[in-house]
Amino acid sequence: MTAHVPLSWYLMLSAVLFALGVAGFLFRRSVITVFMSIELMLNAVNLSFVAFSYQWRQTDGHIFTFFVMVVAAAEAAVGLAIILTVYRNRSTLQIDEVDSMRN
Amino acid sequence: MQHLWLIPVLPLAGFFINGLLGRRLPKAAINAVACGSVLVSFAWVLKTLSALGSLETAHAESYFTWIESGALRIGADLAVDRLSAVMLLVVTGIGFLIHVYATGYMSHEGGYYRFFAFLNLFMFFMLTLVLASNYLLMFVGWEGVGLCSYLLIGFYFRKHSASTAANKAFIVNRIGDFGFTLALFLMFVKFGSLDFARVFDAAGKLPAEVSAGWLTAICLLLMVGAAGKSAQVPLYVWLPDAMEGPTPVSALIHAATMVTAGVYMVARSAALFLKAPVAMEVVALVGLATAVMAATIGLAQRDIKKVFAYSTVSQLGYMFLALGVGAFASGIFHVVTHAFFKALLFLGAGSVIHALGGEQDLAQMGGLRKKIPITFATLLCAAVAIAGIPPFSGFHSKDEILLAAHHHAPWMYWVGVITAAMTAFYVFRAIFLAFFGEPRGHHHPHESPPSMWIPLAALAALSLGGGYFHVSRYLELMFGPGEAEHPASLVVISVAAGAAGIALAWLMYVVRPGLADSIAQSAGVLHRLVFNKYYVDEIYHAVIVRPTIAISRELLWRFFDAGVIDGMVNGVGTRARGIGGVLRLAQSGQIRSYAAWVVIGAVFLLYTLAMSGDGQ
Repeated sequence: MTAHVPLSWYLMLSAVLFALGVAGFLFRRSVITVFMSIELMLNAVNLSFVAFSYQWRQTDGHIFTFFVMVVAAAEAAVGLAIILTVYRNRSTLQIDEVDSMRN
Repeated sequence: MQHLWLIPVLPLAGFFINGLLGRRLPKAAINAVACGSVLVSFAWVLKTLSALGSLETAHAESYFTWIESGALRIGADLAVDRLSAVMLLVVTGIGFLIHVYATGYMSHEGGYYRFFAFLNLFMFFMLTLVLASNYLLMFVGWEGVGLCSYLLIGFYFRKHSASTAANKAFIVNRIGDFGFTLALFLMFVKFGSLDFARVFDAAGKLPAEVSAGWLTAICLLLMVGAAGKSAQVPLYVWLPDAMEGPTPVSALIHAATMVTAGVYMVARSAALFLKAPVAMEVVALVGLATAVMAATIGLAQRDIKKVFAYSTVSQLGYMFLALGVGAFASGIFHVVTHAFFKALLFLGAGSVIHALGGEQDLAQMGGLRKKIPITFATLLCAAVAIAGIPPFSGFHSKDEILLAAHHHAPWMYWVGVITAAMTAFYVFRAIFLAFFGEPRGHHHPHESPPSMWIPLAALAALSLGGGYFHVSRYLELMFGPGEAEHPASLVVISVAAGAAGIALAWLMYVVRPGLADSIAQSAGVLHRLVFNKYYVDEIYHAVIVRPTIAISRELLWRFFDAGVIDGMVNGVGTRARGIGGVLRLAQSGQIRSYAAWVVIGAVFLLYTLAMSGDGQ
């Protein structure tokens, strides 16, 4: 029959993607890249949800995934708007230069 | 139902109309509302009393429960019995005459509507005080008249002396009210009620030896309250200063009605006082001391209103003497006659002051007999009444008091007689100085308008004939019969004392005008002592007022408030700021450092979870 891919592979892939997202968030300086890293983390989590859902034959994971997608879409809209406003006001997208809340 | 509530509520309605709309109303409308509401109230009193007949038992009406808390139940209950009937007639009757008089007296003054609004409010509270059938409702009226007294003494609030006099009256009354409230608490603890009927019933059933201690305490505390309101030693100092108010106020509040509230309250509590002989003795002694002291001060005052103010204090002392020796009915009788002649004295003095354009100094008067004859004639009626000359009103009530005092302790009678002589002397001294001799001031006196002299005439008739109202016989039903024996010699002596006082005044101020000054000079120290009112105000200032201010400033303000309270609040604020100053260093403002913290936290959490998971 079809080849059976074990759950642990999915989870490992998910963990790798999530770690990449965290690394991107922590080490990249462009706001756009940071934003994309967040999306990557969200999708890594989505992958593990779907994997678990498939494994246990339950739909909860699918539903969670849809919710995450909806929130991610909304977040993309708001986040991009914020990025646009920041750029208009400060003429920069370097995240280190946006630190007016310091101390 | 006789709708007793209408009696106080009508003047209250007048207060609201004049107080809220008075600024826009013409004077005629303000007069109609102010006098009309009191007149209708008076008529309602008459109608109620005639409907109730002989009033052998009290007529009570309850409207609603005002306070209900545990065992305490206070109703908005009014009641009328013979004692309150007498007071109601005096308050509304004299009150109406004084309202009419005030329309003339105040006609040139600013704040006209405000004056009448306060006067009506006073009537409301005074009638509540008289009609209340429990101590707490009575206390509402008691405090309310104190408030109106404060507002009206300070009526000319731009004048510094008036506003300080108002404060003084209010603060001294607080001392008395403190005693009154303590008495109420004690009463509630011991009797479980504040209704007159239930308290007196419970007190009547107590065996004397069990109750003596705390019943005496209750009565003495009530007496503290009465001493504050009715200007007795040692709390009388506010009343002479209260003369800063307009003269109708002095007549209505500080002579005829409010200051007799203490007498009414003690007479109302007769059932308690009769069980506490020690308290009765204190009442009598305080009354006697006040009567003598105030009379001596009255001998040497130069301000015509101050003379009459000390006279009021002295006469109130007489009333307390009557209460203290057990002659409650005679005390109330004196309240009534005193309301007639003292209101007349003040209104007459007001007429003199009005005629002279605001002059109050006796030394600037003189020779007014021909210029303002109606005022002179009416004032003379009041003077013979207060001097105790038969058959005028003051004679009847004062005579009863002196006889009762003699029955109690003869020395009290003799002190009372000497006081009566002094009373006659200082009142006629004021009359002679104002109306006889040569004019000393530079005034152009004019007789007062009819709105002023008609009330004067009415009060003069009452002062002359008021002794035949037989108030004490009417009240015998409540307080028991008075002294049956009437030794004629005692009556003759007291009348002779009054006549001697008048004769002495005539000699010193009319026949030989220089005599008074030479006597004052030869009695130097004594005269200075009396003229300066025994320096009581100065002593109070040094012993009570200044230490209080010093303690308030140094201990309460500088140490406790500024040091302890502010120190605590500022300390909390400074600490919070210090901690915040350290914590804010963690806020780098860089999103990546926050994210790093999140990651570190997540790793730490996962690590600990994984470690604890090993144990399973």
